[in-house]
Amino acid sequence: MSTKDNWKIWEVFIRSRNGLNHKHVGSLHAPDAEMAVKNARDVYTRRSEGISIWVVPSDAVTASSPDESEPLFTPADDKVYRHPTFYEIPDEIGHM
Amino acid sequence: MTKEMNLEERFQNYVDEENKIEPKDWMPEKYRQTLIRQISQHGHSEVVGMLPEANWITRAPSLRRKIALLAKVQDEAGHGLYLYSAAETLGADRQDLVGDLLSGKAKYSSIFNYPTPTWADMGAIGWLVDGAAIANQVMLCRTSYGPYARAMVRICKEESFHQRQGYEITMTLAKGTEAQKKLAQDALNRWWWPSIMMFGPTDDNSPNSAQSMKWKIKRKSNDELRQEFIDKTVPQAEYLGLTIPDPDLKWNEETGHYDFGAINWDEFYNVIKGNGKCNKQRLDARNKAHNEGEWVREAANAYAEKQAQRKKDETHAA
Repeated sequence: MSTKDNWKIWEVFIRSRNGLNHKHVGSLHAPDAEMAVKNARDVYTRRSEGISIWVVPSDAVTASSPDESEPLFTPADDKVYRHPTFYEIPDEIGHM
Repeated sequence: MTKEMNLEERFQNYVDEENKIEPKDWMPEKYRQTLIRQISQHGHSEVVGMLPEANWITRAPSLRRKIALLAKVQDEAGHGLYLYSAAETLGADRQDLVGDLLSGKAKYSSIFNYPTPTWADMGAIGWLVDGAAIANQVMLCRTSYGPYARAMVRICKEESFHQRQGYEITMTLAKGTEAQKKLAQDALNRWWWPSIMMFGPTDDNSPNSAQSMKWKIKRKSNDELRQEFIDKTVPQAEYLGLTIPDPDLKWNEETGHYDFGAINWDEFYNVIKGNGKCNKQRLDARNKAHNEGEWVREAANAYAEKQAQRKKDETHAA
């Protein structure tokens, strides 16, 4: 029998209201997915925080490395032409 | 070595610029260890903190009080879980953390080693003990470690209910019969000093504080937080017509704070050493609960293993 438990860590995502994204709220331990959902309900939705729960095994998450954040994300900083305000439209045209 | 130095300097600059440290960021080993210790002790305090109040759930004087107390104790369990999860993001192992609590190796807040002989203690704990915890936790919402700060935000939102229900209990007693008022005063007498000791030793006796402040794990010193709590709580006691058991407590016009009497640090260290009234009782209760839950954990494991095996067999068959 299992002496050391095999409870994995799960990341918990909650949809707070219909129409909104599931948002990461924290993590917890559970032996399987079904129990993870049950535990998440007790740990993270005691005050009507959500209407839907996702649980994902933590080891299934691949994260970008913090060391790479500069090469990954700074190239977007100087591309102002990707934003609508970069383009000049006459006032007469109204909202576009 | 030079590289290590540079990393530490970079880390400090990053913290100084009010950035949050996240689990995969580089951090000094001492920062990691300090946080694991602090967060797990904090988690243990939430878990052991359930015991003094659970004592009164079945004897609450009304259904309203009972459901509130039950919800509060359930919150404490939740807070323990948030904190253990935060500690795990630093590489700590949940079973080790729990094991250290059960063996008596890990510390938890000494306040929970005091007994709760009367219903008025439920009022005093919510009002004073949770009040003191809130002062500390509001500060920790801005701690430099991201997962800890986020757990604190969540906890603080819930904690305010705890304090209000405690104050309401104390108020009901304080405005009740002579006997009830006496009960409230007696609870205040017993909980006041331990509550202000919760902030820890004075700044000049708190050797690790400076480093924690530098790393912005702590944002205010023990003495600052203690003073803040006292300033806030004295008017709350006055409103109730209760007397704080400190003859030296008086408003200081010059400083704009309350002066207060000498704290009995011998008592504080004595309880930390394990000689409080309930140290043994609390650990025994935790161990009993853990042992009695063994079959549940085993069953959950067996079920999970069986399901996993079944899934594997199905994939093979297909």
